[in-house]
Amino acid sequence: MGTVSRHDHPLVDCRGLTKVYPLSGVEVHALRGVDLRVERGEMVAVMGPSGSGKSTLMHIIGCMDTQTGGSYLLDGVDVSNVPEKELAAIRNKKLGFVFQRYNLLPRATALYNVELPLFYAGVTGSAAEEKARAALEQVGILHLADHLPNQMSGGQQQRVAIARAVVNDPLLILADEPTGALDTASSAEVMGVFQKMHEERGVTVIIITHEPHIAEFCRRKVTLRDGRIISDQPVANSASAGEEALQCRSKSAS
Amino acid sequence: MSVKIGVLSDFAFRALKANKMRSILTMLGIIIGVAAVILMMSIGQGAQQQVMSRINRLGTNMLTIFPGAAGQFVRSGSVNTLTLDDVEAVHRLPGVQVAAPTVRSSQLVTCGNKTWTTSITGTTPEIVDISSLTLERGRFFGRSEVNGAATVAVIGQTVYTNLYTPGVNPVGTEIRIRGEAYRVIGLLQTVGASSGGSDQDDVVYIPVTTVQLRLLGTTDRSINMMQVQVAGQDQMESVQDAITSLLRKRHRLNDSQEDDFTIRNMAQLQSEAKNITGILTLFLAGVAAISLIVGGIGVMNIMLVSVTERTREIGVRMAIGASRQDILNQFLLEAVLLSLSGSFIGIIVGIAGSKIFSAFSGWSTVISFTSILIAVGFALLVGIFFGYYPARQAARLRPAEALSYE
Ligand SMILES: Nc1ncnc2c1ncn2[C@@H]1O[C@H](COP(=O)(O)OP(=O)(O)OP(=O)(O)O)[C@@H](O)[C@H]1O
Ligand SMILES: [Mg+2]
Repeated sequence: MGTVSRHDHPLVDCRGLTKVYPLSGVEVHALRGVDLRVERGEMVAVMGPSGSGKSTLMHIIGCMDTQTGGSYLLDGVDVSNVPEKELAAIRNKKLGFVFQRYNLLPRATALYNVELPLFYAGVTGSAAEEKARAALEQVGILHLADHLPNQMSGGQQQRVAIARAVVNDPLLILADEPTGALDTASSAEVMGVFQKMHEERGVTVIIITHEPHIAEFCRRKVTLRDGRIISDQPVANSASAGEEALQCRSKSAS
Repeated sequence: MSVKIGVLSDFAFRALKANKMRSILTMLGIIIGVAAVILMMSIGQGAQQQVMSRINRLGTNMLTIFPGAAGQFVRSGSVNTLTLDDVEAVHRLPGVQVAAPTVRSSQLVTCGNKTWTTSITGTTPEIVDISSLTLERGRFFGRSEVNGAATVAVIGQTVYTNLYTPGVNPVGTEIRIRGEAYRVIGLLQTVGASSGGSDQDDVVYIPVTTVQLRLLGTTDRSINMMQVQVAGQDQMESVQDAITSLLRKRHRLNDSQEDDFTIRNMAQLQSEAKNITGILTLFLAGVAAISLIVGGIGVMNIMLVSVTERTREIGVRMAIGASRQDILNQFLLEAVLLSLSGSFIGIIVGIAGSKIFSAFSGWSTVISFTSILIAVGFALLVGIFFGYYPARQAARLRPAEALSYE
């Protein structure tokens, strides 16, 4: 079980966050005042219809974009004042990203893809390889270390992406529709990996998803609509993705 | 946190390897450019070396004096302003090492039943130093033979092969020039063609006095040309001035009269030739450099395509911790790596091309370290210059934007 630890400040602290995209003269209001606090050790699902601002919010939380208004503190630090180079370091060390389309380097092995964040952190050689192998082991695909992305299934590729996200021991994993391109069984397996990371490593996880079913694997469900949070509630009895994955597999086997 | 250059080089190398065909085609522009620069410069420098070595063979500390005013076309023998006494007076000037006269006459030479028409050169023993003559057999004539207008001759290789059966020692034999018998006392070693292309071995040297007395039948002691070897190259100007004033005085020219002789300064000729061949080399290299610039534009083109194609990858790299500087450096390194590896292949192609050109054309080519350095340096500059813009485009992307790029 992941434990929600109470620091003097939350890990993610958004207040009155707004984001306006200037789009050929018209202003697109992607976020219209979002208040969101996430403590360390939480596992949060962010839901909402298409265009409600989920990805926009994740980009701001992930230090990949800046808000138009309001404030955002990551681990107590106002990142809007942090120089670009340090932001890159924060993304490298404190954050891990998982994307819908895996976004692995196509001509590199699984191992190399997982090593990549380590290289940017200045870790190379056998030290990098060891850490990367450990991460691959944790997501259960160490045997695929030397495979290229196109030699793996979607679920396997996504697990490589998760290994890449956790290899630098981040505080926070941000996943934008990580199961959006996967079938039910693979989705359950990938969610199982997230749950495992959350429980075993105590890493905070924020997962964006369209599917209510996926949200059930998290502990808290935040729903966005038109750039605002319209509901924020705990998940009563969160499901175990591992069990469900087993069920799926046995069903398809019979 | 800035990523080490070694790690970034590895990223760049992998990226180029991932698109092998495209990388090779891009490199082709650089290869052709570098090879062209090296080839063209080797041709230019080869021409320069050839011209310079021919001038040097004439002697760079040499002054040549002709009778008649400058620019006036003089048929040999038609202007008699330069005499043997002028030669002796010039010889005594300080700074003059040796001075030798030349009187030419084209004559039919006979030896047994063979005949050959050649240039008979009347001169003094000083010509040996001035023209760097070496004897294969026998000796050159001496001062006493000049004073006595002796009928002795020293022959060149071309004359020898045309008058004698191979292997026969010509020294001690007799040849006939205009019917008169001359004793051959020496055979010269091969010299080769002159800078003007004339055969310098097609020559018979006899004492200058003998030419004047027996072949030309004159007593005015006039000569066709005087060659002067100056002690040092730094004295060329001063000796030239001294000779000018000496000859003007001897020829009793007043201030309003022009010189009745012309002095050609070999050092001047050399520096002019060096300038001209230098311009030739520069021109050839310039033409080749244009192809290198075209190659550079190829690099830019491919890099721009690559940046667009890899926008998502750039976004992912930023998400996992690459700074803008890291992205910029990686793309710059890709451009530099392309230019560098293109350069190395270009060097090999250029050198091979230069050898092949030389073998087929007969021109000598010179591959200098400088030309390789210039070619590679220029290729790198082109790579960095044309790689910078695409690299900056890549680094400018906002991470969120790059990630959601379709
Ligand atoms: N770069 C951009 N320029 C202009 N408008 C944008 C940009 N990115 C997003 N938007 C707009 O902002 C709004 C929110 O987009 P966002 O991508 O955050 O939605 P989302 O909730 O992630 O949707 P989806 O579920 O389809 O991924 C949308 O109306 C979108 O069109
Ligand atoms: Mg989205």
